[in-house]
Amino acid sequence: MRTHYVSEAPFDPHSVEKLTPEQEKLYLASQWQLMWLKLKQHRLAVGSSIVLAIIYFMALFCEFLSPYNLHTRHTDYIYAPPQQVHLFHDGSFVGPFVYGYNYQLNMENLKREYTSDTQNIQKLRFFCRGDEYKFWGLVETDVHFVCPASDGYLFLFGTDRLGRDMYSRILYGAKISLTIGLVGIALSFVLGIVIGGIAGYFGGLIDNIIQRLIEILRSFPELPLWMALSATLPVTWSPILVFFGITLILALLDWTGLARAVRSKLLSLREEDYCTAAQLMGAKPKRIIGRHLLPGFMSHLIASASLSIPGMILGETALSFLGLGLRPPITSWGVLLNEAQNINVVALYPWLMLPVVPVIIVILAFNFLGDGLRDAADPYK
Amino acid sequence: MVDILTIKNLQVEFDYHNSRIPAVKDISLTIPQGRTVALVGESGSGKSVTAQAIMQILPKKAQITQGSIRFNDPESGNSTEIVSLDPMSKQIRSIRGGRISMIFQEPMVSLSPVHTVGNQISEAVLLHRDVNKSEALKLSEDMLDRVGFPDPKRAIDTYPFELSGGLRQRAMIACALVCRPAILIADEPTTALDVTIQAQILKLISDMQSELNMAVLLITHDLGVVANVANEVVVMYHGQIMESGIIEDIFRNPSHPYLKALIKAIPHFDMKPDERLTPVRNIESSVGELLRMEPAKELPANRVHLEVRDISKSFRIKNNPIFKKVEVPEIKAVSGIGFEVHRGECFGLVGESGCGKTTLSKILMKALSPDEGNVIYYDKTSKKGIDILALEGDDLFQFRRKMQFIFQDPFSSLNPRMTVFDIIREPLLIHEIGDIDYQREFVKELVRVVGLDPRFLNRYPHSFSGGQRQRLGIARALALKPDFVICDEPVSALDVSIQAQILNLLKDLRTELGLTTIFITHNLAVVKYIADRVGVMCRGRLVEIADRDSLFENPVHPYTKALLGAVPHPDLAKPLDFDSTLESQASEPKSWSAPFRSQESVSLQLQEIKQGHSVLMEV
Repeated sequence: MRTHYVSEAPFDPHSVEKLTPEQEKLYLASQWQLMWLKLKQHRLAVGSSIVLAIIYFMALFCEFLSPYNLHTRHTDYIYAPPQQVHLFHDGSFVGPFVYGYNYQLNMENLKREYTSDTQNIQKLRFFCRGDEYKFWGLVETDVHFVCPASDGYLFLFGTDRLGRDMYSRILYGAKISLTIGLVGIALSFVLGIVIGGIAGYFGGLIDNIIQRLIEILRSFPELPLWMALSATLPVTWSPILVFFGITLILALLDWTGLARAVRSKLLSLREEDYCTAAQLMGAKPKRIIGRHLLPGFMSHLIASASLSIPGMILGETALSFLGLGLRPPITSWGVLLNEAQNINVVALYPWLMLPVVPVIIVILAFNFLGDGLRDAADPYK
Repeated sequence: MVDILTIKNLQVEFDYHNSRIPAVKDISLTIPQGRTVALVGESGSGKSVTAQAIMQILPKKAQITQGSIRFNDPESGNSTEIVSLDPMSKQIRSIRGGRISMIFQEPMVSLSPVHTVGNQISEAVLLHRDVNKSEALKLSEDMLDRVGFPDPKRAIDTYPFELSGGLRQRAMIACALVCRPAILIADEPTTALDVTIQAQILKLISDMQSELNMAVLLITHDLGVVANVANEVVVMYHGQIMESGIIEDIFRNPSHPYLKALIKAIPHFDMKPDERLTPVRNIESSVGELLRMEPAKELPANRVHLEVRDISKSFRIKNNPIFKKVEVPEIKAVSGIGFEVHRGECFGLVGESGCGKTTLSKILMKALSPDEGNVIYYDKTSKKGIDILALEGDDLFQFRRKMQFIFQDPFSSLNPRMTVFDIIREPLLIHEIGDIDYQREFVKELVRVVGLDPRFLNRYPHSFSGGQRQRLGIARALALKPDFVICDEPVSALDVSIQAQILNLLKDLRTELGLTTIFITHNLAVVKYIADRVGVMCRGRLVEIADRDSLFENPVHPYTKALLGAVPHPDLAKPLDFDSTLESQASEPKSWSAPFRSQESVSLQLQEIKQGHSVLMEV
């Protein structure tokens, strides 16, 4: 016969309810802390956010970090190729320096050809005086992080057709290109939450109308629509007004995705008992959406927003590339790429394509970060 | 008896945020051929993890750190050490589903919705037997016949959504048994089913067991089920075995304090009127000054607290009007429901899933409007009633303070993104009651009322167990000082060990605060423990109303009788009468005997057969 076994070990009916210190720590954590714990495990996302932080930091201090101002021209050095930074000359340590250029025009294809003059050593200076600028529009100063030798030049990424330093221009362009994504996403965020929130919470006819509207908006080919809209911006507008106009256009066409995300999340959260509980307590729709539902999918929204910033940046770049977006003197990466429209020019002076590189880096970084955020967005699963 | 499966010193650990937590600690058990071993324990006790270890389907985070699981196949005579097999290996795949099968709690999610039943069953055959497609279909049909499908030929081509819950579970069993396994692991196979169906499925499992001479490992938390079908019992708690032995030892001579406590915590039909359950973990509840209501100076003006008159509600399945108009039949969720709830009593509403009890509760709370009928609420002081369903705007807002709701699912009913303090304070904020100091004091008091520590207030709900969360839900419902509370299955999502805690708490609060409650449940033993009067619902109609004692001692309606007869008792002396429950279709109104039968020609009405005891029958 089978034996009757009774455990001899001491028995504590409360042992299942006791928490280990790790659990205790986790249980006091809010949603955002839990998300952070989860995000930290996504290495690519952490790396991307560091890259983005560096790029945004550089954009913030672009005047200081760039050797020249946005519009400083070097008429003797039109279409100069990128200079290499060296540390050693003839085997002896000199410190960071560049070689000067000898210029000559190739009469065969009219290409401006520059050769390094290895005798002309131009030592770089750091924390030096250069072009004057107004830092953040407040303080007049002329201190730069790096400048060329006092009688030399420094073109890390080459120069364009007016002899302007590409490196400085890309840094200045970052300011516009990166903010247009943020401003645009802020606008489409508001639109998406309000419209999607209304559709999701009230449902029925209102939902139906909004959904159809979104489908109509989405069925337009994006680029021609952007172009048509930006073509309506009056030519007389100042460049800064055009900047806001373009942001508005991008946002007006971008909110649909967010609105759908908000709506579907609302529809599923609306069925949760805690939402019914709030209703039965007498809470009004505004309170239910704002206090009970919104926090539930805010994290998802941030994730999907970070995934749609690249679209905005690309949109601006595409419009400016086509000459319909921002206009000089406002400089964005798209405006810089406008210079690279002519295939002949690109073939002769390929460094004009360089603004593509930061675009790719930023877009990839935002996508990776968004991916990580999306994984971390629901810490209770 | 040959032991088919021998588990020795099994230990399974989970990775949990860089630390390892053992889920199963050093357990040993054996499963003999042709017998049923029941694995009993509350959620988190490690019983499902044990089953997953046997099948080698543990989640990625889990790992078997020691011990052995030896499987002796009675058919081939081979002996396999399961722990040493790679979970993806060919050997384990031939055992899994072929020699050891498993059925799960939720038949809807464990069957694929896009394949027919025949397709899914024959897939199991094709994987493990050397047969062609038509032979496999033949075998499946044969199996469907054995598990009690009325028309197996047709059932082959049906999709799971076309079947009722009971038939789905039968299909799942057919799927598991078609390869004639040596062991069937049944993980809570009847927990999601109604009691009348549960009895049928249990009977089916034991029939198939004797036919195929297989061993069954039954995982359950219901000692009533265990008493009726198991030969041996293993009681688990917190990953360890507390007590094990043959069924007679376990029930006649329970020795471990945990098992003793568990048995004492389950409500049963033979309880004396004022006998109290002893929860496994007792809680201290104390009602403070802020919550206690002022004693009524005069006698209430009306004995009736809530009057429900002729509520009917039907749902229409939405059809797409763009392409073609299809006439869709209406589904009557509730029809002609009427009853009264007296001041200070607990009215129990019993019925199986789909009988309309939740719809009714939503109508009472005005979360849903009925097609016809009224719900009248009588205030303590005035003789005139308030028609709840006619309330609008500010009147409705003010009325919310009088009536509150306790939800079934303690996980979905608390917002995971708010702290406990914010959750319980929310009703006070909505109704602008008191300043922040008062609110803080009051929330603290409410938390103490439900027996929780006020230090927990800044924690988030995910740190609490199901029972603790349910108590938080109760605290929130009490925050508006309602005098009427509707409880929708408040204990059905909880372990039996927790259930008694909540039932006692609700019982105490009722007397201390003078609450009137409607208690909705499918568990008859629970309703007998807590309710003063009981209404039984079936197919959207109220079939019998009586006070508790006359209903349980003298049930009149055939449905009530069937319901009472199908409840498994945790008592070896009272086995289920499987034969009577298996054949009857108790919830089908057409099967009821006259004068209860529903026919086109006669209309049924609630008729009082005795003072306070009404039954639905012919006029």
